[in-house]
Amino acid sequence: MSETEVRSVAELVTPCEAGAHIVACGFLGDEAVFATGEGEIVFLNGKRVAAHPGAGILEAVCDGEKIITCGDDGRVVAANAEGAVETLAEIKNKWLDHVALGPDGAIAWSTGKTAYVKTKKGEKTLEVPSTVGGLAFAPKGFRLAVAHYNGVSLWFPNSDTKPDLLEWKGSHLGVSWSPDGKFLITTMQEPALHGWRLADNKHMRMSGYPTRVRSMSFSHDGKLLATSGAESVILWPFGTKDGPMGKDPGMLAPAREGSRVSCVACHPDKEAVAVGYTDGMVMMVRISDAAEILIRGPEGGEVTALAWHANGVSLAYGTDEGKSGVLNL
Amino acid sequence: MSDKIPVTVLTGYLGAGKTTLLNRILSEPHGKKYAVIVNEFGEIGIDNDLIVGADEEVFEMNNGCVCCTVRGDLIRIIDGLLKRKGKFDGILVETTGLADPAPVAQTFFVDETVSGKTSLDAVVTVVDAKWLKDRLKDAPEAKNQIAFADVLVLNKSDLVTADELKDVELRIRAINPFAKIHRTTRSDLPLEAVLSQGAFDLDRILAIEPHFLEGGHHHHDEDVQSFSFSNDKPLDPKTFFAWIDNVSQIQGPNILRAKGIMSFKDDPQRYVMQGVHMMFEGDHQRDWRADEKRESRIVFIGRDLNEKALQEGFEACIAK
Repeated sequence: MSETEVRSVAELVTPCEAGAHIVACGFLGDEAVFATGEGEIVFLNGKRVAAHPGAGILEAVCDGEKIITCGDDGRVVAANAEGAVETLAEIKNKWLDHVALGPDGAIAWSTGKTAYVKTKKGEKTLEVPSTVGGLAFAPKGFRLAVAHYNGVSLWFPNSDTKPDLLEWKGSHLGVSWSPDGKFLITTMQEPALHGWRLADNKHMRMSGYPTRVRSMSFSHDGKLLATSGAESVILWPFGTKDGPMGKDPGMLAPAREGSRVSCVACHPDKEAVAVGYTDGMVMMVRISDAAEILIRGPEGGEVTALAWHANGVSLAYGTDEGKSGVLNL
Repeated sequence: MSDKIPVTVLTGYLGAGKTTLLNRILSEPHGKKYAVIVNEFGEIGIDNDLIVGADEEVFEMNNGCVCCTVRGDLIRIIDGLLKRKGKFDGILVETTGLADPAPVAQTFFVDETVSGKTSLDAVVTVVDAKWLKDRLKDAPEAKNQIAFADVLVLNKSDLVTADELKDVELRIRAINPFAKIHRTTRSDLPLEAVLSQGAFDLDRILAIEPHFLEGGHHHHDEDVQSFSFSNDKPLDPKTFFAWIDNVSQIQGPNILRAKGIMSFKDDPQRYVMQGVHMMFEGDHQRDWRADEKRESRIVFIGRDLNEKALQEGFEACIAK
């Protein structure tokens, strides 16, 4: 498809100058927020909140009411739509690398080999064999997946039983559950994904990427997993009980020459995915017919964050050069 | 290449004076800001927002090559530091005394983010003039640290006699004839000698006297050897890349370090490359200057290397 045929909705984008590497974005109520590498939470309306003064945000998660950030100042901070911040945890002289949001306001974070979970009842910790690469709560039940070298530990923080270890050689970084909780997927240091079917711990290898996969997103119905790391969005089929085993992935929205997909976010209720590229371009693509809509041109910077509002009408994006914006359809 | 953040790796056996050097670098008024990755907090006497504790987590890549080990913690920390680009001019990595430098160096080849946004400026090894000879006998790590060095700080040189110092230097030269050696007493040397070395520029490789290695005036280390080959006839790039690929596959596990500057046929630019074990990378650096001799040179430091095969392979790359 030539570029002239692509419809553009760039005029519906409200740009925002966040000024520093955007680590994550989201919505607090209807207001878009951007968490930056310089420790700030920048609101689309111009408000700036120094969540980690003088430090950097390493990861952030947002549930529509609050944004939780962890930073290289050893703190986990929550901020709300009013811009009020609250320190949830502090460990001196440590980088808190990862953070995850769970059911009933539970929050998990990690530093080094230790994962922490905080609930209304208190705080619990889990030591894993090597540095935590990523954290994700299961969609159902109170269970935390902790990715690390050579596998993933599945931990019930409310139980004293030892966590189940899903083993696979290599360094596991990001981790994600399928929406029905039947599959667990990790991104690896190698340019590949690894997955487990949790009913029988059967392995799924998803490889063939030219570069490391840094972003993955399940479609709202869980039937597809969209990933970054290649020249196109790679879509792995998860619609059957075998997941992608023995099937070829789909490919959509090819990048321009010399660019790659750097970030993906599936639409909250439609068969569409927002795609960010290493040249700063942002597109929306319909999965059924691969129709593309341009949201931001290849204006530079690598797209590092994408988030849909739960209403499916607004999309926030951010780049490593601190450019951000919100599309309102 | 130029907008990449330079990384200096500080290595050296326990007690050699690494931390003293690091403290010096951080306290001097050089007007630069460094992010520092240390293995132990508390030893750094300088306030710095960007001091990060590392865990020295070494792991194998899943590519079937046992020598392909990287530092997972470095990848993670550099990833994090890159989110604060602009806050620092360079990165210093201090390793523990017992660390093998290979995984640190290989990290800068393996991870595409790390290799895309940073460049290994130099491996600086601090050695203790008094105890080095003992360490070379009992600690293989000490030998690897010397073999890997671009810059060698021969510290505590006041604690030995002039003859002993010369002997230590010859022992070092037997392992690594290419590094710059600086004699110091309390790691006191100008910072220009440590930072912004641009080891990748490799200019001093061309400056090495070609016959230095063949001379009988120094010890041969019984374990680690080094070879340097040069030729002023332009090379055929196709043949060269096929050869170096083959060398890395076959001799890679034994190659501690390799570096080279190539003059390719019909190519106005110098091609520079470096390698660690089975990993090699290279790039066009700049145009050959009118006043410099167009010459290709490649050096290998390693164990059990086949000199004859390397030399013949290199010479076979000369463009027909």
